[in-house]
Formats: sequence, C-alpha cells, structure tokens
Amino acid sequence: EPLRTLRALLRELRHAAGRSYRDSPAYRHVLAGFRRTGEKLCRAQQELHFQAATYLCLLRSVREHEALHREYHGRGERSPQEVAGLVGFRLPQQPGGKG
Amino acid sequence: LWWAHSPPARLPRPPPVGAGGGPVGSCGRRAYAPPAERKRFYQNVSISQGEGGFEINLDHRKLKTPQAKLFTVPSEALAIAVATEWDSQKDTIKFYTMHLTTLCNTALDNPTQRNKTQLIRAAVKFLETDTVCYRVEEPPALAELQKNEWDPVVAWAEKRYNVTIGSSTSILGPNIPASTKETFVNHLASYNMWALQGIEFVITQLKSLILSMSLIDRHITVEKAVLLSRLEEEYQIRRWGNVEWAHDYDLCELRARTAAGTLFVHLCSESSTVKHKLLQD
Repeated sequence: EPLRTLRALLRELRHAAGRSYRDSPAYRHVLAGFRRTGEKLCRAQQELHFQAATYLCLLRSVREHEALHREYHGRGERSPQEVAGLVGFRLPQQPGGKG
Repeated sequence: LWWAHSPPARLPRPPPVGAGGGPVGSCGRRAYAPPAERKRFYQNVSISQGEGGFEINLDHRKLKTPQAKLFTVPSEALAIAVATEWDSQKDTIKFYTMHLTTLCNTALDNPTQRNKTQLIRAAVKFLETDTVCYRVEEPPALAELQKNEWDPVVAWAEKRYNVTIGSSTSILGPNIPASTKETFVNHLASYNMWALQGIEFVITQLKSLILSMSLIDRHITVEKAVLLSRLEEEYQIRRWGNVEWAHDYDLCELRARTAAGTLFVHLCSESSTVKHKLLQD
C-alpha cells in the first residue's frame, strides 16, 4: 500500500515537472523521506504515508481539475458567426458597412 | 481565502493581452484581484534559506506575497512543494491551481487581519452548523445514509476529544454544549498561527469542524473526508446521474483545496522541520 502510494506520487511529480523530474527537489525529497523512514517506528511510517497520500491527492486533483476546466470551461465565448451557425444561420454580409 | 481562490467563471472570456489584464466586462473586477492567469516569465525555480526561513527564487528574483512581503516559509518540505507548484506551470501561470502558494500568502499577509483568538472562534463556530450533525428526515434513504456514514465519525470525535456533540434534524441544528466548544478552543490553541490558517481553511471547504479534525488527526483520508462532506450530492448523483462538467469539476476542486490545506497544516506543525521564529504568534 505505501509502495503503491509512493509510485503514484512519483508518477504525478513526473507529470508536474517535465523532463528533468528526477532532479527536482520534490522527487528527491519524497524518495529520501521514504528511504529514511524505512527503518523508523511504525508511527513515523504511518505519518509519512498519510502525508504522501495527501500530497498525491493534491497533485492528482489539481491535474484532473485542470483537465476538466480545459475540456469544458476553457474555450471562452463563441463568436457571433459561430452562434448563428448553431441554428443554421449566416450573418448578413454588407460590403459597404451598415447603412 | 482571497484573491487566487476565485477560479475563472464557467464560460470565461478569452484572456486579454496586456500587463494589467484581468477579467473585465460585465462581471467587473475586484480591487485587489490580480489576473487569473499570466505568462510564465521565469525559467528556473529554486529554494534558498534565508533568515526567517525558506525562500522561493524565480530565476534570480525572490518571490513576494501579494502585499509585497518576502515570501518565507518555515518548513523546507513546504517550500519544496510550493516550488513544485511554480515549476509545474507551463506557458501560463494558473494562480487558481496553486493552493499551497495561496495558503502561504494568506499566512504571511493575513489579509483578513484576524488574530489567533479570532481564527479559533471562527473555526469552532462551524460546529453549530456542522455538516455531519445536520440531518434530514426525508428522503428516508438519505437519512439512513447520513446515519450510517456520519454517526461513526461523530462518535470518533466524541471519544477522541471526550465531548458530547450529537446530531439534530431540527432546522436550528445541534445544541452544542459550551464545554464541548471550550475543549475544541483549547485544542486548537495548541496549533501555531500558520497551522491555524490551514485548519480554518479546511473547515470552510468541508463545511465541517468534525470532518476537518478527523482529517487532521489522520483518522480519515482526504478523499473520504470530501466524500462525507458531499454525502448528499453523492446520493443525488447516484439517483439522478453524474454531470462531469459540474460534479467532477467541483469534486476535483474540493479535493485539491482540502488536500492542500491538510498538507499545509501538517507541514507547519512538524516541530522537527519548522523554524519557530517565523511561527511566533
């Protein structure tokens, strides 16, 4: 279970960081934390796992929220031409401008 | 929270170009709100240690708060997480997704100018209308669901804090004994100012003091806390169907904010990693 969280968290950090994710402070900090706590008491392990799971939830939720925003709410308004086109109309063309 | 916690409206106008840009037009513009998005203007994000704590560097510039104070955080892990928020921005900086940064700004600037007592009072006040204590009688299926899902967490809080809370179907809400409120006031007083800002934030997001304490005490996960907070919505979704662009949108946002608040509280409370000078009340 902690291993699954760790793997998922590192994957999220890869998404967030881009190409040089392995050098990112967050990646190194997370890995170091897991290695260091491996030998420690159960309670420290539980606390670290909770923190990792919470951070994972944060990264994942932000990414999913952004994706939903892009898909449903990111396109702005339609132009008048597009709106007219929705119901099959076209805007009138007036070569000399409006009278 | 203020400024960055107002995501763009569901159907936003295309972002305007120009430095002073921000949502304009019929929806107007609040006096202190910076633009919701801005082009990424830095290449590298790094952390450095200063007098008061850890600072964030965007290229050679030091990050500042909206009130132009030096952005300093007491915990290295928190600084790393904030730096990650800044580094994960692509072409545009989406401030409304940078929840940890926003929480730090709030802790540093304290824009609502509340002291510790006022923050605690605001937090404990939520108990009077706590979501998990406020029950329906109809429909029976929902009443049953509330009983099955919320009773255990109320029982946990009563046992953990040795208080009486109960629940109510009355429109006035539960009758919380003064001794219960005092217990929570004393408990919250043991947290420093930064952690308290985080706690109050989580409470306003989940609309429940009990769920927030359950989360901060690591009794439940963020996902579970959010589910319990949105129990009625989940019930309605299961009955009538899910609308991705509304339900999932709100769900992800609530999860993100709650997770950020929780992480913020824990990172500001760990005595081993925290610079006490900065946390003076």
